[in-house]
Amino acid sequence: MSVAFDSSPKFAAYAHPEVLVSTEWLAQNKDLPNLVVVESDEDVLLYETGHIPGAVKVDWHTDLNDPVTRDYVDGPGFAELMSRVGISRDTTVVIYGDKSNWWASYALWVFKLFGHADVRLLDGGRDAWIAEGRELTRDETKVNPSDYPVVERDDSKIRAFRDDVLKHFGNPLIDVRSAVEYSGERTHMPDYPDEGALRGGHIPSAKSVPWARAAGENGVFKTRAELEAIYLDEIGLKPSDDVIAYCRIGERSSHTWFVLNYLLGLPGVRNYDGSWTEWGSLVGVPIVKGTEPGRAPVR
Amino acid sequence: MTSAKESIASLEDDFNALSVRDRLLLLLEFSDNLPDLPARYSEHPDLLERVEECQSPVYLFVEVEDNQKVNLFFSAPPEAPTTRGFAGVLHEALDGHTVDEVLAVDEDFPNRLGLSEAVSPLRLSGMRAILRRIKRQIREKLV
Repeated sequence: MSVAFDSSPKFAAYAHPEVLVSTEWLAQNKDLPNLVVVESDEDVLLYETGHIPGAVKVDWHTDLNDPVTRDYVDGPGFAELMSRVGISRDTTVVIYGDKSNWWASYALWVFKLFGHADVRLLDGGRDAWIAEGRELTRDETKVNPSDYPVVERDDSKIRAFRDDVLKHFGNPLIDVRSAVEYSGERTHMPDYPDEGALRGGHIPSAKSVPWARAAGENGVFKTRAELEAIYLDEIGLKPSDDVIAYCRIGERSSHTWFVLNYLLGLPGVRNYDGSWTEWGSLVGVPIVKGTEPGRAPVR
Repeated sequence: MTSAKESIASLEDDFNALSVRDRLLLLLEFSDNLPDLPARYSEHPDLLERVEECQSPVYLFVEVEDNQKVNLFFSAPPEAPTTRGFAGVLHEALDGHTVDEVLAVDEDFPNRLGLSEAVSPLRLSGMRAILRRIKRQIREKLV
């Protein structure tokens, strides 16, 4: 039994209005039997300090990443995780998180690598829910483990690897990191730990659009018109473009991937999760320093 | 009073006796119970040192009383409970102990709390960074 979409007028303007729900919609619908609310944060303990009643937690480090290989969990690993948090293949999943849904978008992107059909984001995430004075609880969520099928991860459509980036030159690249990371002044986000890249700068021809420009007040997504003004008018993306977005480890660029793919409806957007921690340490790949995108190498 | 070594051994026992989920809840307790800054520091945040290696902001100040006793002060926002928890564990382990004892603490002890699996090794490196900065401040403050 499918769960109705949120028909808020703001969402109706997006290319895929079905991927967002409002705080009010969630408050009304969160206890529906075929819906699971998932919290996904940067801070691994934030969920424990208080979460939306009935929500389960999925952590990007400990749940979605493979503990050994730098990669995501595989089909059996994802099935085990889904079963543990009570999600079936036909469950409607609503994800929310801290920092304007930065990590929630990342989790949603991983769910999509496994082709989970109905995954939505709570517009504004955890902060919007709290700002409206809505209920949080520390009560442990009682989960009925589900039986989730083993589905192989499909990396071919929405994920880009370094070789895909090399082949992509000539098509648009979006660098969603901060201005100082883009220019090469530093290799990691201001105020964040350095996860290690040996060189600073950006991938040649990549245009700089820090991810947070897509978020408006209270962390909710900007309207379609506001997003078009940034990505189409200012940056010059065309509705038919194939785009690769990247950041440092692929989390902030998941947010931009979500915007370009679902809110603006570009058909071929991929997230390069290797991102700067890979590119900035790869031997022999081209890098541009400074504030200008620079030219794409001729293949 | 127990020694810093004994405090650490008992923390290691406490954490490792628990399931992975309960280790997180114990860390949350340390986060909840991290003492507030006394007025002499809360009114002078410039005195505190920022721990850059932590993903979320945490500030610390080390007092060395009479060249002998170590007093620790931390500040981290409630939206950063993991970092607050790390600070709380270090406070429990080291506050009030002697300079010699604190400087002798094995910098690897955060790795022995069984938290790698619960919070991930990358996050745990923030706790080791706090410990290193505590020791550095002590060394700087010894006359």
